[in-house]
Amino acid sequence: MATFWICFLAFPLVVFKINANTRSLDTRWDRLYILAGSVFVLTFIWRFLLKRRSFDRLTKVVNEPHGSAPKPTWLTRLAKSRQRGRLLAVVLLSMCVLPFLSNPYMVNIVTSALIYVTLGLGLNVVVGVSGLLNLGYVAFYAIGAYTYALLGYYFGLSFWVCLPLGAIFSTLLGLLLGLPIIRLSGDYLAIVTLSFGEITRLVLTNLDFTRGPRGISNIKPPSFFGLNLNGTPKQFLIETVGFHPDMDLNRVFIYFIILAVVVLTIICVYRLENSRLGRAWLALREDEIACQAMGINRTRAKLTAFALGSTWAGLAGVVFASQITFINPASFSFMESIMILSIVVLGGMDSIPGVIIGAAVLILLPEQLRFFSDYRMLIFGALMVVMMVFRPGGLIKSVREVYIHQASDSKPEPRPVVTALSTMEQGAEDD
Amino acid sequence: MTEAASCRPPDSVLKTCGLSMVFGGLVALDRVDLTVERHSITALIGPNGAGKTTLFNCLTGIYPPTRGSITFESGDGRKISLKGLAPDRVTLLGLARTFQNIRLFSNLTVLENVLIGCHGRMRAGLLGALFRDKKTRAEEKAFIDFSYDLLVRYGLKASVNELAKNLAYGAQRRLEIVRALATGPKLLLLDEPAAGLNINETNELRELIETIRTSENLSILLIEHDMNLVMNVSHVIYVMDYGKLIAVGPPNEIRRNPAVIKAYLGEE
Repeated sequence: MATFWICFLAFPLVVFKINANTRSLDTRWDRLYILAGSVFVLTFIWRFLLKRRSFDRLTKVVNEPHGSAPKPTWLTRLAKSRQRGRLLAVVLLSMCVLPFLSNPYMVNIVTSALIYVTLGLGLNVVVGVSGLLNLGYVAFYAIGAYTYALLGYYFGLSFWVCLPLGAIFSTLLGLLLGLPIIRLSGDYLAIVTLSFGEITRLVLTNLDFTRGPRGISNIKPPSFFGLNLNGTPKQFLIETVGFHPDMDLNRVFIYFIILAVVVLTIICVYRLENSRLGRAWLALREDEIACQAMGINRTRAKLTAFALGSTWAGLAGVVFASQITFINPASFSFMESIMILSIVVLGGMDSIPGVIIGAAVLILLPEQLRFFSDYRMLIFGALMVVMMVFRPGGLIKSVREVYIHQASDSKPEPRPVVTALSTMEQGAEDD
Repeated sequence: MTEAASCRPPDSVLKTCGLSMVFGGLVALDRVDLTVERHSITALIGPNGAGKTTLFNCLTGIYPPTRGSITFESGDGRKISLKGLAPDRVTLLGLARTFQNIRLFSNLTVLENVLIGCHGRMRAGLLGALFRDKKTRAEEKAFIDFSYDLLVRYGLKASVNELAKNLAYGAQRRLEIVRALATGPKLLLLDEPAAGLNINETNELRELIETIRTSENLSILLIEHDMNLVMNVSHVIYVMDYGKLIAVGPPNEIRRNPAVIKAYLGEE
C-alpha cells in the first residue's frame, strides 16, 4: 500500500526528466521500478521493527508489572560503565595524535565537528537540562564569531583576548535577551528565540561596521606565543614524526584549542549538572510549579541557564572565526540552529556522551558520505524519523548519577520510623 | 462559629483574616478566617470545588489573593505577611506543600528529588559548582547525607537511586512529603495525601503524618477526603463549602454538625 502511495507521489519527480538539449520530455520507467522495489522492501523492514518493538513492550509488561527501570542498552551501559575513565583516556589520546597521522582535510572536519560538540553541549544546558526550547542559539554563536572578527579587524586584538571576550559578550547578550522573555515557556519561547536568531542575522547583514553581507575576511589565526608555526617547527615535525607536509600547523593549533575547549566544556557541564544550580535547572525542566514550591527562584534559574548556555556558543564562535578565516552573516542561518538542536535531540537530551556522538554522526557522516550529497537532507530526515520512533530518548539516554552511601559502616543508620507494608498488614490482621 | 475568636488564637503558626479570591465573577474564596495552631494537625475538608486547593494556592503564593491577609509566624516571634510573595519566597520562609496530583521530578532519582528540596538551604553558587572548592564539596556531602537519612527514616531507603517515576504510587506520595520536609518547613501543607491509596497505605500515611508532627516538630495543614484519616489524625477541622467556611471544631463536634451534614449529604 505504502509502495503505491510513494510511487504515485514521486511519479512526476522520478519518471519525467526534461531534456534541455532536445527540448523534449524523457521518461525513465526503470527508475520507478527501482523505487517501488526498494520502498516495498523497506516497508517490510519497518513493519518488522515496529512489531518487534511492541512485542518487547508486551513482554516487559508481563514480566515487570510494576514498570521497573527499562533495561539499559549497550550504548547506555558503555556510557556509565566502570571503564568509562579508561575509555575517555583512549579517546582523548587518539584525538591528540590524530593530526600527526592524518591529512589536513581530516583535521579540518574534525575541528568543525568539535566546534559543533561545544555548541551542542552549550545548547544542551538550555534545552536538555533546563527544558527551554531555544531556536535562536546560532545568534550567540554569531556574536562570538563577530566579536573576534570585528575586534581583530578594527583594533587588531588577538585571539587570546577575544576568546574570553566572545564568551562574555554572548553571556551578556543571553542575559539581556533572557530578561524580557523569561516569563515565556514552551512554544512561545521557541518562537521568540527563533526570531531573535533571525534578527541578529539581519542586523549583521545590514550594519555598516560589520561590513554587511560581504563579511569579514583574513581573520588571523591564533598566535602560538608569537611563533611562526609553519616555519622551523613544521620542518622539525616533518622530519621527526613523518608529519603531513601539506598540513597547516596553525590549523593543527586551532584543532588543539577546540579540543581543549571541548574538554573544558565537558568538565564544566558535568559539574554544573551535578550541583545545586544544575539540579535547579533539572527541576525547572521537570515541573515548574513544583520547582518553585522547592524554594527555587524560577526567574533566576531560567536566566542563568540561558546565559550560561550562550557562553559556550560564544567560545565556539571565536574558534570558528579563526578556523574559517572568513565569516559573513550567511554562516549563521536558521538551519545552523536546527542543526545544533538536532545534535542535542539525536544524541540524547541531557546526556553529555550523547551530544558528542550526535555531533560526530551529524557532522562527520555527511562528510564521509559525499557520494550521496544530493540525497543528504533526505537521509538526514529519514534518520530523524527512525530515531524518534525507535529511540525517542536519543542515541545515548541520560543516566542519572548514582549516589553510593558509605555512612553505613561508620555510623549506625537511623532507625526507620515508618514500618514496612508487610508489618502493617500483620498489624491489621491482629486488629 | 466564633469568627472573632478564631482570628486571635494564643499561639498560631499561620492565620488568615478575611481571605478572598475572586476569579472574574467566581468567588472561589469568600472571607476565609483560618488558623493553624503550632504543633497541631489541622484538617480542611469540604465537597469538591469548595475552594480547598484554591486556599492552598493562595497560601503558597501561586495565586495572589484578592483581599484579606495571611500572617505567618515562623517561631522566632516574627510575623510575616505572605500576601503577594512569590512561591519560592514562601517556601524559604518555612511553608512547604505537596500537590493533589503528584508533582515529582519524575526523570530524576529519588535522592535528587530530596536534594532539590534542600535547594533553599544550600549556598553553593556558580563558581562553587564549576571549581568544586572544599566548602562546596563539604556542603554537597552534608546535604546528600541529610537527604539520605531523611529517606531512610521515612522508609524509602531501597529506592534512593531509582528514578522517581518508577516508584510505586504510594511511595511517590511519600516521596513528595519527604521532599517537602527537606525544605525545612515550619508548616507542612498536604493536599489530599491519601488520594488513590489503599487502606493499608492510608494507615501507613496516618502513622507517617503523626510521626512527622512529633519528630520534625512542625504543624500540618491537611486537605483530605478520606474521613477515616481526617477524624483520626486531626485536632481541628475546618469545613468549607462554596468558598466559605461553614464549620470549625474538633472531629467529634464536626461529625455532628448539622451544617456539615447538610453540605455533604444534602437536606432531608
